[in-house]
Amino acid sequence: SSHEYKLNFKKSKEVCLSYIQDAMLQKQWKRAAEFLTFYIESLEKDFSTEYMGPSEIIWRIGTEILCHHSHSSMKEFISFIEQMKTLGVKRYLKVCLEHAFHLLCNGLIDEAYQNLSLAESWRFGEQTAIQDKEMKLIQAYRGLLDYYSWCKQKNIMLEHGQDGFEDLSVEQEMHSCFRKAAVNLKEIIKIPGVWDLFVKCYVDLLEFYGDHNEARQVLNEYAYNSKFPANPNAHVYLYQFLKRHGESKKSLISALKILHDIVPSHELMIDFNIMLQKSKKRKKRRLGLEVIFAALDYAGWKENVKAWSCLARQVKQIVISEKHLDWIKQEWNSRKDWWPAFHFSRYLAKRNWQENESLSYEKALVAGILLGKDCKYFKYVSHQGCKAQVKRFRILKKFVTKHNPVYLRISG
Amino acid sequence: DFNERCAQCSEVNWGLTDGGRFYCRSCHNVTERTREVVNTDFISNTRIQTISKGLKKQEKTDRGCEWYVCEGFQLVLKKQAEALEALGVCPQMKDEILCNFWRRYLQKTKQAYCNRPAGETVKALSVCDSSTDVDSEPERPSLLHFLSLSESEGDLQTDCSFASSISKISESTSVCSGSVDGSSYLMKNRKEKLRMTMPMTLSFCYMALLWLREPMTLSDLLRFVVEGHIPYLNVFQHFPEKMKLYGLDLKIFCVESWPVYEEVYNKMLELAAFLDLPRFPDITDSCFLHPDMLCMKYLMEANLPDELHNWTCRVVKKICIGEADFLTLVPGNKSTRNVKYDVLAAAVIVVVLKLLFLLDDHYEWLLSDFVEERNKNNKEGGPYFEFKKWYKVIKCSLDVKEKKLDEERAKYLWRCEKPLFYSAKKKAKVLKRRQIVVNLQNQFGKLSGSVQPAEKPNPSSFQLSWSEENTDGSCFHGHSLKGILQEKCGLLTAMNPDYWLCTVKLCNEKLCGHLAHYREVDFPQSYHFVLRLFAFLLRIQPSYIHDEVCVIEHKLFNKKLCKKPKYKTGLRK
Repeated sequence: SSHEYKLNFKKSKEVCLSYIQDAMLQKQWKRAAEFLTFYIESLEKDFSTEYMGPSEIIWRIGTEILCHHSHSSMKEFISFIEQMKTLGVKRYLKVCLEHAFHLLCNGLIDEAYQNLSLAESWRFGEQTAIQDKEMKLIQAYRGLLDYYSWCKQKNIMLEHGQDGFEDLSVEQEMHSCFRKAAVNLKEIIKIPGVWDLFVKCYVDLLEFYGDHNEARQVLNEYAYNSKFPANPNAHVYLYQFLKRHGESKKSLISALKILHDIVPSHELMIDFNIMLQKSKKRKKRRLGLEVIFAALDYAGWKENVKAWSCLARQVKQIVISEKHLDWIKQEWNSRKDWWPAFHFSRYLAKRNWQENESLSYEKALVAGILLGKDCKYFKYVSHQGCKAQVKRFRILKKFVTKHNPVYLRISG
Repeated sequence: DFNERCAQCSEVNWGLTDGGRFYCRSCHNVTERTREVVNTDFISNTRIQTISKGLKKQEKTDRGCEWYVCEGFQLVLKKQAEALEALGVCPQMKDEILCNFWRRYLQKTKQAYCNRPAGETVKALSVCDSSTDVDSEPERPSLLHFLSLSESEGDLQTDCSFASSISKISESTSVCSGSVDGSSYLMKNRKEKLRMTMPMTLSFCYMALLWLREPMTLSDLLRFVVEGHIPYLNVFQHFPEKMKLYGLDLKIFCVESWPVYEEVYNKMLELAAFLDLPRFPDITDSCFLHPDMLCMKYLMEANLPDELHNWTCRVVKKICIGEADFLTLVPGNKSTRNVKYDVLAAAVIVVVLKLLFLLDDHYEWLLSDFVEERNKNNKEGGPYFEFKKWYKVIKCSLDVKEKKLDEERAKYLWRCEKPLFYSAKKKAKVLKRRQIVVNLQNQFGKLSGSVQPAEKPNPSSFQLSWSEENTDGSCFHGHSLKGILQEKCGLLTAMNPDYWLCTVKLCNEKLCGHLAHYREVDFPQSYHFVLRLFAFLLRIQPSYIHDEVCVIEHKLFNKKLCKKPKYKTGLRK
C-alpha cells in the first residue's frame, strides 16, 4: 500500500506510539525504550484534550518497560516514578499507589509503607477532594500493611507465650497495629467494590479480639448488600465464618445456596450436597441432587471421585427407595444428549479404570442407572472389575442388573 | 527614531540608503546621519531610562528593540541560501537571485502592507526604494549587506510557546509578540495577498533555483529539508540571541509538518506572478531539468537499462514536451499548464515501461519468461533485460527503504534545544518540562541498548545506487532491450503490440483539482509497483505521477482518442 510522504507532529507521534506498542507486544524492551525516547518530546505538547494524554501514556509505557527490561534497576524505577509524580497532579495519588505496589512486588514492604504514609499526607487544594477514592485506597493498603505488622507481632507474642515469656511492648505494638489497621480496613469495605483481601483481614482481626457480631455484620453486608458487585467469595467467607462458629445448618445452607446460583462449579458444592442429602426436608434433598449434577457439568470435575461418590450415593438411595425417580428423570432430561459422550465414553471407561479404580466404580454405578447395564461404560468397567475379582464390582453388577428397569423409566 | 525635519523640504519622511544613511523620501536628500548612530543613541537612552526607572521598566526594555516579521523571514532565507550553497549551489543564488526576489517581494508587499504613518522611519529593509528600477539587470547590492544591517539592529525578544497552543488564544486578546507586527501580521488575513509563511521560504528557494536552472528538483529540495540539510524546522534557533520569538511569532515561524510538494509548488507560481517576474531562463535540452536529462537520472536510480533512454527521448519528442517554450516558466501565464519537471520525467518513464511491457499483470511476466529463454542462448556481450529479475531486486530494495523511512517518521524529532515560551508566566513551567523531557530521554536512551546517535544521512542526489561492478547481477544499467524488441521493416519496435490507457477521459482540473483519480485497486499491481517506486524517489503520492501519466498518454494517443477508443498502438520512430 502506498506510503504517506506527508507528516506532522501529531501523526509522527502516532506512528511512534504504534512502534512502541509492537515492540512491547513482542517483548522487545530495548526497542520499545528506543522508540519511547522519541515519543517523550510530546510532553512539551501536552494539552490534555485527549482521553489519555502523553504524560499518562509515558507513565504507563515507561513503567512497563522498566519492569521488564533486564538492565533496569529499582533505583532507576524510583527516579522515573518521582518524575511521573511531578508531571500530572491529577494522577499523583494513582502514581503513588502504583509505586507502592511495585515496591511490594519486590519485597520492599517498609519502603512501600513509607510511601503510602507519605502519600496519605499529601494535600493539593481541590485535587485532594477530587482524588478522594485514590486516597481511600492508599489508606486501605496502608491498613493492610498494618495488619501484616499485626500478624508478625501476634506470632512473636504467641511464640513468647509458649516459651513462657510475656512481652508487654510487643503486645502494645500489636494492639496499636490493630487499631490502625481496623480503622482503614473498615473504611474501604464500606465502599461498594471487591475487597476480598481486606475483608478477610478485617474479619480476622475482629475474630481475634472477639467481636463476632461486628464480623458477622461485615460479612453479611459484603455478601448481601446489592450495591456490592456479585462476588462468590463473599459467600464463601460468610459460610466459612458461620461454620467456624457452629451456626445452624439452615444458615449454612442459605449461605451456600447463593454460591450455587452464582458458581455452580464451586468446590464447596460437595459440602453443600452432603449437607442437603442429609436433610429431612424433601426440598433440600431435591436441591442436593440438582447441585451435584450441576457441578459435574463442568470439565474440572470430571475426575473428582468425591463428587461422583456423592452423586452415586444419592442416586443409589433414590433407586432403592423407589421414591422420587422423577427427580433423576428431570435432571437427566437436559443431560442425556451430551453426558454419555462427556463422561461415559468407552475411551473414558478404559482410562478411568486404568488410572483410578474408585473413580470408575462410582461412575459405573451412575452410568449403570442412567444408561442401563448395556451401556459402554458400565459394561467395560464392570467386566474389568469382575475379571479382577474386586468384590464391590460384583455387587455393583448385581445391583445394576437388578434395577435395570429403572433406566427404562428414566430414559423414557 | 529619527524624527528630524529634512533640511531641504522640512518633511519627516525618512528612508535608508544602501549605505545605511537616512534620506528624505520626499526630496531624496541624503543626510550624513547613519542608522547605527541613531541605534546606539536609542539603546543607550533606553539603558539610562532603565536604570533610573527601576526593575519594572527594565523588564519591558529587556524585550529590546523591535524587529519585524519580515526580518525574521529574511534571516531564514539567508540560512537556507547558505545551506544550499554548501550543497553545491552556485553563490549567485544567494547573493543575487534570491536576495533580489526578496527585495522585490518586500517592495511589492510593503506597498500594500503597512499604513505608513507620516514620519515613521521604516526599517532598513525597505531600502527597496521606489526610485530604483528593480527590473534592470546590473548591480544589485548583495544580500549579505542587507542582512548585516538587519542583524545589527536592536534586541528582539521572542517569548512564545508552540504554534498550536496559540490557536486556543482568541484573536481579540492583545497577545504580545516579540516582533513588532507579529499580532497584526496574523490578523491581517485575506485582504493581503501572499503573506509570507515558512513553506513560502521554500517556494522562494525553489524559484531561485529554477531561475538559475540549478540541478536540483523540487522533490530534491524538499527531501533535503526533511533530512535536515536545509534549515526549516526550528530554524529560529539560528536567530541572534537578541531576537527572541514570543507569543504569536510562534505561529508564524514554527513549523510542525513536513513541507508539502503541491503547496510549495503552487505558492511558487503565485509568487512568480505576484512579483511580475518575466519569462524565466529557458530550459533547454542541456539543462538538468529537461526531461531527457532527468529521465536519464531516474532511469539510473531505478536501475533500469540505459537503452530505455532512447525510448524516453522518443516519447518526449513525439509529444513535444522537450521544447523550451513548453518547459520554461512564464509567470502568470494561465493558458499553459505548469511543469513539474521531476513528476514529468517519472511519468515519461512509466509510459515507456507501459509501452514496452504493457504492465497488465500478465504480459510482462510472460515476456520476461520468454526473454529468460532467449538469454540462455544469448551469445552477445550483455544479458537481455528481464522484467522479473528487475522486479525482484527493486522490490527488495524498495521494501527495505520504505520500512526505514517509516521508522524515521516515527523517530522524527520536532523540538530543538531552544525552548519556546508563550509568556513569561509559562517560562518556568516550560523549562521544567524541558528538563523532565531531557532526563527521561537520557534514562530511556540508556536502556535502548546499543544506541546509535541519529546519523544525518549525507546529502545525496541519489537515494538508490547500483553498481555494475556487483557480480551478483543486481545492476541492470547495461542490460539490453533486444530481448523484448523485434525488427520490423528495418526498425526495432516493441514486441508488445498493446497499450491500455489509464483513463479515457481527463477530469477538469479546475473543478475537482485533479486530472484523474487514482485508486490502487483499480489498476494492475505492476503498474502500481512502478508508481510506488517513483513516488518513493520523489516523496509524493503515486496519484500525482498517475495524473501526469494520464496527460502524457492523452497527448501521445491524441489522434486515436479523437477517433474511437481502440487501444492498439505501436510506436515507430
